[in-house]
Amino acid sequence: MAHVRAAEQAGQLPADEGERWLGMYQQMIRIRLFEEQVNDLYKTARMPGLAHLYSGEEAVAVGVCAALRHDDYITSTHRGHGHCLAKGAAIDRMFAELLGRAPGYCRGKGGSMHIADQDTGNLGANAIVGGSAGIATGAAFSSKQRGSDQVAVCFFGDGAMGQGLLYEVMNMASLWKLPVIYVCENNLYNEYTHYTETTAGEFTTRASAFGIPTQEVDGQDVRAVYAAASDMVARARSGEGPSFLLCNTYRYYGHHVGDIQRTYYRSKEEEIHWKTQRDPITLLGQWLKEHGIADDAALDRMMGEARAEIEAGVEFALNAPFPDASEVDQHVYA
Amino acid sequence: MSTPSTTLSQTGAAATRELTLAQAIREALAEELRRDPTVYIMGEDVAEAGTPFKVLSGLVEEFGPQRIIDSPISEAGITGLGVGAAMTGMRPVVDIMFGDFIGLIMDQLANQAAKVHYMSGGKLKVPFVIRTTLGATRRSAAQHSQSLHAWVSHIPGLKVVLPSTPYDAKGLLKTAIRDDNPVVFFEDKMMYTLKGPVPEEEYTIPFGVADVKRVGSDITIVATSSMVQVALAAADNLEQLGISAEVVDPRTTFPLDKETLIASARKTSRAIVVDEGYERYGVTAELAAVIAEGAFYDLDAPVKRLGAMDVPVPFSPVLEDQTVPTPATVTEVAKTLCGRV
Repeated sequence: MAHVRAAEQAGQLPADEGERWLGMYQQMIRIRLFEEQVNDLYKTARMPGLAHLYSGEEAVAVGVCAALRHDDYITSTHRGHGHCLAKGAAIDRMFAELLGRAPGYCRGKGGSMHIADQDTGNLGANAIVGGSAGIATGAAFSSKQRGSDQVAVCFFGDGAMGQGLLYEVMNMASLWKLPVIYVCENNLYNEYTHYTETTAGEFTTRASAFGIPTQEVDGQDVRAVYAAASDMVARARSGEGPSFLLCNTYRYYGHHVGDIQRTYYRSKEEEIHWKTQRDPITLLGQWLKEHGIADDAALDRMMGEARAEIEAGVEFALNAPFPDASEVDQHVYA
Repeated sequence: MSTPSTTLSQTGAAATRELTLAQAIREALAEELRRDPTVYIMGEDVAEAGTPFKVLSGLVEEFGPQRIIDSPISEAGITGLGVGAAMTGMRPVVDIMFGDFIGLIMDQLANQAAKVHYMSGGKLKVPFVIRTTLGATRRSAAQHSQSLHAWVSHIPGLKVVLPSTPYDAKGLLKTAIRDDNPVVFFEDKMMYTLKGPVPEEEYTIPFGVADVKRVGSDITIVATSSMVQVALAAADNLEQLGISAEVVDPRTTFPLDKETLIASARKTSRAIVVDEGYERYGVTAELAAVIAEGAFYDLDAPVKRLGAMDVPVPFSPVLEDQTVPTPATVTEVAKTLCGRV
């Protein structure tokens, strides 16, 4: 990253660096448009159940996953669509899963909160808060046991700081120098409760108590997230052990799509502030323009491409067949 | 008390030795550790200490601390690590010292391990084994004495193994380690020193195949784990009274060999189910229902259940000994069921 920063200071960037940031911009708008489409599917009663939208937090998943290899592992959360897409999931099969259709990533058995995609190293979203901390740490342990240099990223929210499992596995990860990165997305709210009402002390000192190096970044700045994650991935890959990355971010929608009356726990002014002043896509777009990497026309073109991909994906899913009813008792046992 | 040498599956075996249940388990683990480099053992005091029951003594000397791994006292954590490792190419054997501690790992077991394969539409799998214990009468009181196998038998996605002899323990544990699903393997801690014949040559025992431990014609006693030896002792008592008891050991509560249980009950027309878990909502209820449904028209009496008394396991021997079925209590129930009061 040092040479990137030097190039920034000089006001110019190598071409491949420009491509990298454009790629991240595109990923972020894909996630944003995907989530808006999910919300629309919900509001028009075309999607069974609920979904927890990632809008506003895109820079975290995109910045972290851009620092990973295809064969690295991630575990995700109930608010997991962004992680899945950033790690390489296809939009059409994502929509198919959300709609309970046969071509979905889990053949319609998982739904929004359980999307897993072995082919992209996604070991699964998890509907138990903090529940995947063991899985991510176990994947890192497995990587070390097998002599592989794969790393594992455990995404979780501020709510998971209340779960004991996280501290059990952070202890072991540090003790055994496991290649795992704990990425805490602090979007300020444990469901409907501000994290300051639930969380004593500082987030990062909980990890540093185990001797785990920590870093706190602006989770709306994808470049900052990517820089920190890259350092942590390099450290994990070289056998130096785990890290803890705190990303300060914000969720634009409610806890889930049905949470539309939110003023009892957060103000409209706060939401407007984050959306207008702290939006990760707007911030990166401005930076891209300032550095001559893209102009408005280029960004609009990317938006158009993403919109077309979303429309094609949702069309595919809406027309996809449901699983055969006989599949209900398949895959209980391997 | 009868020894396992009386059981059908073990008569006539060619080259056999007497091993304790603990030795048989250790041998199964050592053989699988040698056979498959992805197998590892993790738990509290599993390495040099070889567990408090000394079941694993000597394994760390052969396989080293990279594969026989002492962990912090973090049951949920080591189970979670096992789930993640199993999903990514390893075959973990996680040692949960006392079955009572299963409460600490329940989310990792019931919500993670059991559901990963299904939730992923069959793409991911969790080939791991939880080894843990059951059984009272060790004067260990309420938090170290329970038999909680019903809890996990309730959860689709898990397999549950209850060996009752050294022979069964070795063959079933090897099958458990090779299985591509999460398996919970319960060992009766009072039986670790029980001896029985174990062949020299390699063998495995399939899941879902009950074993008729003793053939009889007047009454069926279905018994699990620690209660198999109790049932065999009761069968000896009953023989003195001219009652011929058949003892059937399901060996796994899931998959469950319903056919063998039902066939035996249809043959004898009477059945008792004996299990050391709490009686209410327990394994005895499930097995009794299976028999009642499957053998109804051939039964001469209601299916009787004998489980642990529905109280926390007490410490004082005078209290504790009342809580678990014994050869005497099984004999009495069998006599009553056979009209021999």
